[in-house]
Amino acid sequence: MKPGLIIRLVVLALLVAFIVTPTSFAWVFQPLTKNSQPAIYVQNSLLNLTLSHLTIVAIATIASTLLAVGLAILVTRPFGAEFLPLSRSLANIGQTFPPVAVLALAVPVLGFGTAPTLVALFLYGLLPIFENALTGLTTLPPAVTEAARGVGMTDRQRLLGVELPLATPVILAGIRLSVVISVATATIGSTVAASTLGEVIIAGLLSNNIAFIAQGGLVVGVMAVLIYDALSALERVLMARTGQRRLRS
Amino acid sequence: MIEIEALTKDYLELTVVDHVSLTVADGEIAVIVGTSGSGKTTLLRMINRLIEPTSGTVKIDGQYTRAVPAFELRRRIGYAIQGHGLFPHRTVGQNIATVPTLLGWDKGRIAARVDELLELFQLPPAEFRDRMPSELSGGQQQRVGVARALAAEPKLLLMDEPFGALDPIIRAKAQSDLLAIQKRFGTTIVLVTHDMEEAIHLGSRIAVMDKGKLLQYAPPDEIIARPATPFVAELIGTGERPFRLLSLVKVRDLVEPGPAQGEPISADASLRDAYAECLWTGREMLPVVDDDGASIGRIRRDDIAHRAERPQ
Repeated sequence: MKPGLIIRLVVLALLVAFIVTPTSFAWVFQPLTKNSQPAIYVQNSLLNLTLSHLTIVAIATIASTLLAVGLAILVTRPFGAEFLPLSRSLANIGQTFPPVAVLALAVPVLGFGTAPTLVALFLYGLLPIFENALTGLTTLPPAVTEAARGVGMTDRQRLLGVELPLATPVILAGIRLSVVISVATATIGSTVAASTLGEVIIAGLLSNNIAFIAQGGLVVGVMAVLIYDALSALERVLMARTGQRRLRS
Repeated sequence: MIEIEALTKDYLELTVVDHVSLTVADGEIAVIVGTSGSGKTTLLRMINRLIEPTSGTVKIDGQYTRAVPAFELRRRIGYAIQGHGLFPHRTVGQNIATVPTLLGWDKGRIAARVDELLELFQLPPAEFRDRMPSELSGGQQQRVGVARALAAEPKLLLMDEPFGALDPIIRAKAQSDLLAIQKRFGTTIVLVTHDMEEAIHLGSRIAVMDKGKLLQYAPPDEIIARPATPFVAELIGTGERPFRLLSLVKVRDLVEPGPAQGEPISADASLRDAYAECLWTGREMLPVVDDDGASIGRIRRDDIAHRAERPQ
């Protein structure tokens, strides 16, 4: 077992332990409090907040993956080729848009609750996935796509049997970017009453309790890093399995 | 048999292939040779409809290629390209099985065919079947590419510069392998190359193309002896002509009874090799041996030189 893996497993175990029994870690956060403030946020179960946080991220990412990959497939087919330059520049412009701005724009339209957060994460998550799916589907080795036509595969067989499998690692890299951004951005959702770990951070900000801010931030940050690492490892496995060298990180 | 009739491809104003007509008989190797931009690859790709012609027709065994859906047509025609185009996410065995799988062969028949082809290309099945293409050398990848093209026992094989990416030694081996396999299966082959040497070595007929037009379509000896245009002559290379003629004839055809001194030469060597041997060792004649090493006579340098003269 490699040292990096051991460290990650230890961090994961600590994270799970903290989420399940936060009060047993009170001594860690006690030094950050002043005027006998509580060290651990107990108004809401940390476990429930974490699960809700991850669920929102998962739903938004799955939805944006389906739409982004679907769109990328459409614009890389012969009949959709006209839209390729347009959709590519839209994706590039969209990437420059900060996620906080997306959330701010969604609230007036959708009101408070989980819905605006889902929409913001969904919209912002579309762009990296779309961009990567386009890259993956348009940079396949020409000899391979030529051979796929030459052996007599139909359009559908080429897409499902050759193009998508070869593009999957690159698409997964887009999903990874999107998930990490969403895990962080979901915290802002609590300002509009979504049930996420942002609630802990906001409670800390409102009561000027650094311990709350630290524990909320730590849980989110550690989750983002672990998810990033796990998806990177999955990409490497897929890259090796599809016989490709890693081209982009 | 392939009958190409007035086949033309225009891209906007540009005519890439211009009214090309030619016929390839069963079991022939037709080599299309030309410089880049001559339209040779476009012509080849119109046969299996990877490119749809602007006008003109192609018939394979009497059937118009437009009478069947393109993907069905392509499954019947082997196709091998430069840089092999193997699917990197599939094993060697799965790559070779591509077309039989598309055709819905049963598993046992596919497995047997994959192993047969691997044996044929000197890639022991147990060792190579489950490897990924990235784990093979360039020459091995190229052989798997040709094996994939032959997997569904096509009567026709199209090859687009199949040996272009190989180094000279591996290329010579690949060429002789191809000739042996062609002899064994009787496959009709249409092969595109820019290398006249390769065309003369492989082709039973050579089609010379330039600027989209077919300049000459004839057996190699006729192309060498009577080039139809100055361009064809230039492609052959005037200084090379006598030696190219010699390379077409085997020692066996010029052997005479009688003894000779020194290192013998194989009856299956070309006259070009025999002549080179005469010059290099300063001998007037060489002893000739059969495959099994038995002496079958001798070959004289003057006779060889005579065969290098321009045919009348």
